[in-house]
Amino acid sequence: MAGITIDGVSKIFGKTPALKDVTLDIADGEFMVLLGPSGCGKTTLLRCVAGLEQVNGGRIRIGERDVSDLAPRDRNIAMVFQSYAVFPHMTVSSNIGFGLRMKRRPKPEIEKRVREGAELLGLVPFLDRYPAQLSGGQRQRVAVARALVMDAPVLLMDEPLSNLDALLRLQARADLKRLHKEVKRTTIYVTHDQVEAMSMGDRIAVMREGAIEQLGAPMEIYDNPATQFVGGFIGSPPMNFLRGAIRDGAFAGDGFTVPLSRPHGAEGREMLLGVRAEHILIGGDGVAAKVLVVEPLGAHALVTVLVGKTPVKVQAPIDVAVKADDPVRLRLDESRLRWMDAASGSALPN
Amino acid sequence: MNARVLDRSLLYAGAIFLAIWVLVPFYLIAISAFTPQAKIFDYPKPLVPGSLSTDTMQFFVEARGVIPSVLNSLVVALFTIVFGLALGAPAGYALARFRFRGREAFQVVVLMTKMFPIAILSIPLAVTFLQLGLYDNLISVALVHTAMALPFIVLVTGGVFVAVSHELEEAAQTLGCSRWGAFLRIVLPLALPGLAAAAIFTFVISWNEVFAATILTLRTRTLPAQVLASLSTSPLAFKFAGGLFMVLPAIVFIFLIRKYLMNLWGSR
Repeated sequence: MAGITIDGVSKIFGKTPALKDVTLDIADGEFMVLLGPSGCGKTTLLRCVAGLEQVNGGRIRIGERDVSDLAPRDRNIAMVFQSYAVFPHMTVSSNIGFGLRMKRRPKPEIEKRVREGAELLGLVPFLDRYPAQLSGGQRQRVAVARALVMDAPVLLMDEPLSNLDALLRLQARADLKRLHKEVKRTTIYVTHDQVEAMSMGDRIAVMREGAIEQLGAPMEIYDNPATQFVGGFIGSPPMNFLRGAIRDGAFAGDGFTVPLSRPHGAEGREMLLGVRAEHILIGGDGVAAKVLVVEPLGAHALVTVLVGKTPVKVQAPIDVAVKADDPVRLRLDESRLRWMDAASGSALPN
Repeated sequence: MNARVLDRSLLYAGAIFLAIWVLVPFYLIAISAFTPQAKIFDYPKPLVPGSLSTDTMQFFVEARGVIPSVLNSLVVALFTIVFGLALGAPAGYALARFRFRGREAFQVVVLMTKMFPIAILSIPLAVTFLQLGLYDNLISVALVHTAMALPFIVLVTGGVFVAVSHELEEAAQTLGCSRWGAFLRIVLPLALPGLAAAAIFTFVISWNEVFAATILTLRTRTLPAQVLASLSTSPLAFKFAGGLFMVLPAIVFIFLIRKYLMNLWGSR
């Protein structure tokens, strides 16, 4: 078994830096999610660990071994690709056993482990089929089985669920998480879907423009985003931000005032106030706002209100009695407010 | 809606016109080649042949020098395929996989070599081959044919390799293959139909090429060179039979591989 150490890794494509001095320690058996918008460098980082890209600077270690200059096949990793990359000219069982055949394992062992892998992923009825005869979800499972039977201590996954439809993705997400609990491989999982990241990761590294913006447990990142970017990326709906400054003991911005019992920061400093939809209550005598739209979502309703000139998402009970254009008052849960510097977007200490 | 129907009709009318333009001479050659020799000069020509016979074809095949020249043609074509794929397929692979500086320009230059008329090259080529002692040698004809076929091979195989997903190759590498192993086990089997198409196309180019073959050989003639050399002295029946014999493989093969030829213009 092995952890992964990414030590000051940088990668440049032509003149564009794709990774800027990224450092990340992943513990043995940990499920690490690399999360970020497209072009943030998450897939590039994964490919550097896999050996499909050469790093331009820094080192990558798997366990105690420096693998920075090794070919993919010498790194003791297994990978699941976004397109699944299931070999179309081989049956499911040849696909799953391909890696073992390349490692020249004895035939009975290959057969046994292909069987085990197929059982683990519910592929036994399809072992003799070709990929063209499988559904997308089944192909995805073939790719996972093929990676798992390698018994590599490190499992790399590049958006393995992004090509599945929504319902199947929900199922596959739970399956992958259960699988990880069973096999305990050190896993790096790349995704742009923050729900996937939140639900699966032991820790999440939120990436932006080739650097890690924040690293932490899912709820830690959710509750205490290090920057405006992270708060705006994590959560559905994303965190609300109001721009303003402390004036006369309250937070005042363009067309609104948030009364505070315990004002934060220096008088007059430009700040961003971050608050999540579920920490805002409609009612009481707080911030004045106007309802823009009410979206009933089944379990609750998502109400978009205008605070000054800023649209703010509020999570309200499904039976909330407001409609568009109603004037409302909002009460913000003061213990849940997050403060950020307006210029840099970085969080200020609470 | 109506404009679309009109567009389609015009397109099909054009296609049908072009097809007739090409096919009618083929058809006339074909029926003439199977008409008894005595009836070849009949006029007006019946569009449906009254009596079929293999006399004319037999006369052609049995004519002096035809069989050896067919064998020569086969040898030249096979060498051309081997040389052409050995040089062209790696270039096609590189075009498909690597983003290198001047890649687009290279593609254009490859195609531009086809604009250079072989006639201009013929005298220097003949002199060079004489000096090298390769004159009147099948290998030398194969080399020239290789040079002529290479642009097509590079572009067609490039299209073939692009169609094989790069992720498959990378997956094989993470599963224990070297780069080369991944190519052999994954890319090659998947590219094989396309490579076969490129090989067949190369065969057709070599089989039909007459100019270089005539310039560079005296006794070891390929079939087109042989037919050309005896053209002025041979009866009309011989010409029809020879024409059909040379054109037939080309038609059959082009029909089989037409989908891969589209890669030349489409996909990228």
